[in-house]
Amino acid sequence: MWQELKTQLKPALAMLAWMTLLLGIGYPLLMTGLAQALFHRQANGSLMREGERIIGSELIGQPFVGDGYFWGRPSATSPTPYNAAASTGSNLGPTNPALTEAVEKRIAALRAAEAGAASPVPVDLATASASGLDPDITPAAALYQAPRVARARGLSEEAVRRLIQDHGKPRTLGLFGEPRVNVLELNLALDKLAAGK
Amino acid sequence: MTVMGVTQILIYLAALVALAKPLGAYMARVYEGSPLWLEKAFGPIERLIYRLSGIDPRAEMAWRTYAAAMLLFNLAGMAVLYLLLRMQGRLPLNPQHMGAMRPDTAFNIAASFSTNTNWQNYSGEASLSYLTQMAGLTVHNFLSAATGMAILAALIRGLKRRLCATVGNFWFDLVRGTLYILLPLSLAFALFLVSQGVVQTFRPYARAALVEGGQPQTIALGPAASQIAIKQLGTNGGGFFNANSAHPFENPTPLSNFFEVLAILVISAALCHTLGEMVGDARQGWALLAAMMIVFVGLLAVCLWAEQAGNPRLAALGVDPRALEAEGGDPLWTQAGGNMEGKETRFGIANSVLWATATTAASNGSVNSMHDSYTPLGGLIPMLMMQLGEVIFGGVGSGLYGMLLFVIVTVFLAGLMVGRTPEYLGKKIGAYEMKMASLGILVPALLVLGGTALGVMNASALAGRANPGAHGLSEILYAFSSMANNNGSAFAGLDANRPFYNLLGGMAMLIGRYWVAIPTLAIAGSLARKRTVPQGPGTLPTHGPLFVCLLIAVVLIVGALTFLPALALGPIVEQLRMMGG
Amino acid sequence: MNGKITRPSLLDPRFLMAGMKESVKRLRPRDQVGNPVMFTVWVGSLLTTALFVQALFGHGEAPAGFIFAVAAWLWFTVLFANYATAAAEGRGKAQARALRAARQSIKARRLKEPRRDATAEEVDAEALRKGDIVLIEAGQAIPADGEIIEGIAYVDESAVTGESAPVIRESGGDRGGVTGGTRVLSDWIVVRVTVDPGESFLDRMIGLVEGARRQKTPNEIALSILLAALTIIFLAVCATLLPMSIYSVREAGAGKVATLTALVALFVCLAPTTIGGLLAAIGIAGMDRLLQANVLATSGRAVEAAGDVDTLLLDKTGTITLGNRQATEFIPAPGVDEKELADAAHLSSLADETPEGRSIVVLAKERFGLRGRDIQPLGARFLPFTAQTRMSGVDLGARTIRKGAADAIGAFVGAQGGRFPAEARVVVETIAKDGGTPLVVADGARVLGVIRLKDVLKGGIAERFAELRRMGIKTVMITGDNPLTAAAIAAEAGVDDFLAEATPEKKLELIRQCQTEGRLVAMTCDGTNYAPALAQADVAVAINDGAQAAKEAGNMVDLDSNPTKLVEIVRIGKQLLITRGALTTFSVANDVAKYFAIIPAVFASTYPQLGALNVMRLATPQSAILSAVIFNALIIIALIPLAIKGVRYRAVSAARLLRDNVLLYGVGGLIAPFLGIKLIDVLLTALRLA
Repeated sequence: MWQELKTQLKPALAMLAWMTLLLGIGYPLLMTGLAQALFHRQANGSLMREGERIIGSELIGQPFVGDGYFWGRPSATSPTPYNAAASTGSNLGPTNPALTEAVEKRIAALRAAEAGAASPVPVDLATASASGLDPDITPAAALYQAPRVARARGLSEEAVRRLIQDHGKPRTLGLFGEPRVNVLELNLALDKLAAGK
Repeated sequence: MTVMGVTQILIYLAALVALAKPLGAYMARVYEGSPLWLEKAFGPIERLIYRLSGIDPRAEMAWRTYAAAMLLFNLAGMAVLYLLLRMQGRLPLNPQHMGAMRPDTAFNIAASFSTNTNWQNYSGEASLSYLTQMAGLTVHNFLSAATGMAILAALIRGLKRRLCATVGNFWFDLVRGTLYILLPLSLAFALFLVSQGVVQTFRPYARAALVEGGQPQTIALGPAASQIAIKQLGTNGGGFFNANSAHPFENPTPLSNFFEVLAILVISAALCHTLGEMVGDARQGWALLAAMMIVFVGLLAVCLWAEQAGNPRLAALGVDPRALEAEGGDPLWTQAGGNMEGKETRFGIANSVLWATATTAASNGSVNSMHDSYTPLGGLIPMLMMQLGEVIFGGVGSGLYGMLLFVIVTVFLAGLMVGRTPEYLGKKIGAYEMKMASLGILVPALLVLGGTALGVMNASALAGRANPGAHGLSEILYAFSSMANNNGSAFAGLDANRPFYNLLGGMAMLIGRYWVAIPTLAIAGSLARKRTVPQGPGTLPTHGPLFVCLLIAVVLIVGALTFLPALALGPIVEQLRMMGG
Repeated sequence: MNGKITRPSLLDPRFLMAGMKESVKRLRPRDQVGNPVMFTVWVGSLLTTALFVQALFGHGEAPAGFIFAVAAWLWFTVLFANYATAAAEGRGKAQARALRAARQSIKARRLKEPRRDATAEEVDAEALRKGDIVLIEAGQAIPADGEIIEGIAYVDESAVTGESAPVIRESGGDRGGVTGGTRVLSDWIVVRVTVDPGESFLDRMIGLVEGARRQKTPNEIALSILLAALTIIFLAVCATLLPMSIYSVREAGAGKVATLTALVALFVCLAPTTIGGLLAAIGIAGMDRLLQANVLATSGRAVEAAGDVDTLLLDKTGTITLGNRQATEFIPAPGVDEKELADAAHLSSLADETPEGRSIVVLAKERFGLRGRDIQPLGARFLPFTAQTRMSGVDLGARTIRKGAADAIGAFVGAQGGRFPAEARVVVETIAKDGGTPLVVADGARVLGVIRLKDVLKGGIAERFAELRRMGIKTVMITGDNPLTAAAIAAEAGVDDFLAEATPEKKLELIRQCQTEGRLVAMTCDGTNYAPALAQADVAVAINDGAQAAKEAGNMVDLDSNPTKLVEIVRIGKQLLITRGALTTFSVANDVAKYFAIIPAVFASTYPQLGALNVMRLATPQSAILSAVIFNALIIIALIPLAIKGVRYRAVSAARLLRDNVLLYGVGGLIAPFLGIKLIDVLLTALRLA
């Protein structure tokens, strides 16, 4: 075995060096060049701007707490929710008392804000997302919040509902993924609707 | 289980099987050294690499030489990665000014990425420079995958050759696997991912003023797409970002999700056909694929059921865990339902569960949902998948060679039961092969059990748990199942960046990888030297349903018998308690 | 050597007692350490016994009675496994003793000095050693291979070479070697024995069945490795369960940590004790069955290899056909009466001691009632067969009757101005084409006709070949005959292929070629000239009547000299493997039920919810553990008969055989312990034992 190790040492080191150059430098640089040329917006984070100001990424959720906005998924990032520099889920186990406690609090907050809505809370509104940056909620979760948002914005529930419908994303090709609503887009549209009222 | 969920899973399985044949046949050509049209593009690079490294790619190696080359190459790569992690603060391409890693953390990462485990005890966006991600991790994503496939190629040659002292050339297999399989697929796949919204940039992190005001949001960026493409294709799984493929910049859309989860299994599935092609009997490959598929679908169904059923404790608090599809005729009353803790809305239950099962079936380990927050039964499935030895698809190359170790045990039992010295593909299985196969199956199991036992007795290890009670045991058991079997996924609540996990886990990863790989190469060498027995009426067919069932039974029984007690004290009792209220 | 030996029944009380004594004797660590599975059980028994003693002094981790019960049953487990081995060996020994006693051997007259008239003593051929001098006279068998130092004799070597004509053997020159098992037809010779005879074969075989000199066969070694691996895994499972149990008790804040007794019990139940305990017995019993079939083998390896054989080479003469050709028909030439032909043939053969000659006499007697006549008074002069003349015959006054090969007789009649009739030539060709040997008879210049000498197939041979085919074995006949004759006989016997005009070199080459193709070749034959081929073959069965050199070159000897015994040998070889495989599968499948019995029991106090896994509804944790341990011990006893008799083997396709065995031993092994453990639990509870 020793003899084999000796003969293969030089090729091993040389191979590692050249492969690192090819795969570690060449490949990512080539990819970055292609990506920047072909898909400039996506490659740089699908950022949304108001003039020069970056107001977020369409793929990254933002925290919303006011009654006049749709709330997104609970986020477990720290130190603040929706910290896009430290993505994480809660990692609470299903029987961890901390989980039940957290969910209980969220439900209480929702119910308080929804003025005594008794119907069960859509599950995604009460549970933390995996990334802590989930940009979407389910249509049910949006609809659940519609009365509150309408009231706070002084809009008709019907108008808010239409807004949800307009911004809802169906399954891709009618097959893949789940129907959902991008909270940031929905809230921006809501702002626009409220502003134009 | 929703209709739409099941439909998506069926489309996935169909695509997987459909791709296995063409890709498998293509890979057979790569390792047989047949002409490929891609040689027009990559041929000059291939020859240049051989020349610069002073290698004769046609020089045949005995298994010991092959193993020596493989070990040295991996060891050198691991050393370089360790140095890179320790010195990244003083190296370029570090816009966020990330500092050096602790020695134990760096050792763990270096072991993790060189063994194709890609267990991550760090948060990517919070601790790694762009240079480390590229020149360190991306390189290992390719090379550890190519290493696994090379070892498989050697084993297949061992099965195929007769009275031959050699099993191929490691450098030839490594370079061709990289240049003609992993790199072209990654190039195309990475570009597709960028189109879906995966970032690929060298810019520093963006700062966004929030719509609702308050502190601006720092948005982590980086050259992610190039790494994610290979992390899925090469069953690596190490995320660019901490949340891995749950992060919207790693996996932004249902379409990116579909192709990423397809990429997780496609090479491992296709390698079954590569085996069939190379040994000249396609049925052999299909039989192995069928066995993998059956176990996969069975466990997937259990996981899907458990997650869709949701958490009764949350339902009791007033959440609605039902799957709704335009409930009451209102298209907006739609939700995936189930257990959504630690899952992303765009993936819902079906795509999360499919990913969780696929990523642990393969030794990928990337996640698009947080396994730690799964229902106990739902979380048991990914854990069991790893404990089965990463042979249901498994890592690229390593999964199939691991499965072939189980095949050796199965043909041994079956051969005895028909009264013949066992043989597989005409090769008699003797005591030597049995010894090596036993080692390969035994060692990861011992590492998992031993590591867990040490973990539950170690104060620091226990302090790393995020959850108490039975679930805490599950976290530790999951960690060692993942590391010893080179998966890399985690019950991520566990704070594993502690010397205990870093050192013990790093050793587990190294032993779990090479203590299987070397016996595999030894078997390759031993089989290559043997004669091939012609098929006759007394030969046990290894491609029929009966053999497939027996293989499945051996895989499941060995896995179940080894881990049932530990699972009983972890997820099983937790599930029973959860159901009991 | 056909007498069936009565073997002790497994239930014979004397036999049982001896077995029990032996099993206790084997509790010594020296006897245990060779079997890793049972050794760990042995250690577990010691450990629980120590725990019991500790409990007696009031510091027990569990009630002393419970620990005692577990310890006792663990000891029983070891004892039962010992008993299985002892029982198999006991039967083997009985068999070997009987064999030694019953073995009739050729008697030999051993001389004190190398002279014919030296004092002689009567000894068994078996007792002869290299260098002994023996005297053999007409009609006696040569007891062993040797070299003639005095005398000259006609020797019938057909049993060895298949060559029917007797040969001259004399001292000096290159015709001085004689072969054991051949027969002196005339005169006498003094022979110096050159080999130590077959005694060693028997001894080796007896060693194998008695277990004393048993070496593990390749498959047994491979299986032992698998079993050792399983044992290590289960050892790790149970050892790591202790810290996990400590953790669980602490976290749940309830219950007690799993006791060592329970963990040892769990380990013993999971370890593959069923197959581990019976493994040695299966191997010994396999050799015993072989001996029962009157076959001696030099190694277990050969028996195991027999199960893998896929090509079988058979010597035509003496194996497929009876050793000698027999006259079956007189075909007169035109214008000759059949009786006249028979009469001439009869006369010419009266003094012909070759088997062919005798068969002509017999045929003539059968067909025409011709009696034996004393021809000496008629002034008859008998001319024996010689290689030069290639005919034999008798001169009776003026009559010169000759019989021999067609061309030799043709030359003979031609020399006397006679003519070989065309009709007779056609007959000669037809006989040859049908696989017979034509013997032409002439009286002076006149050709009287042709005698058909035919190879006579051994009874039931075609059925045997059909069975071999079903087992997946290809049969190849080897013969010195021309291809035409060979093809005819091959077709009649139903062999798959044949090698005609075989020389020892061609035979060896054929075997090598088959082996290069990856085939495993078995060969059964009796001739000395086959010794190199026998040595080359993977499984070589020498016929006991055959040459000593053949016996030494082969790895088995068939005492019955029945060449189709290979079917039996293959069956025994396969049975040996199947029994091991079936019991391994059974043993592992059993573990599932044992988990369901023990896991809930061990953790009942910590996690009562795990009671949901107690699908057998066993009464108490203690009764559950005890029931599993008792079942585990009793199943060894229950399976001893199967281990010793072997799993039934049928000549069906491998796939079907596998399916049947998986269903029986795999699925059966999954279900049986659920029933067994439940039953024991019910009994224990009813008897208030736990």
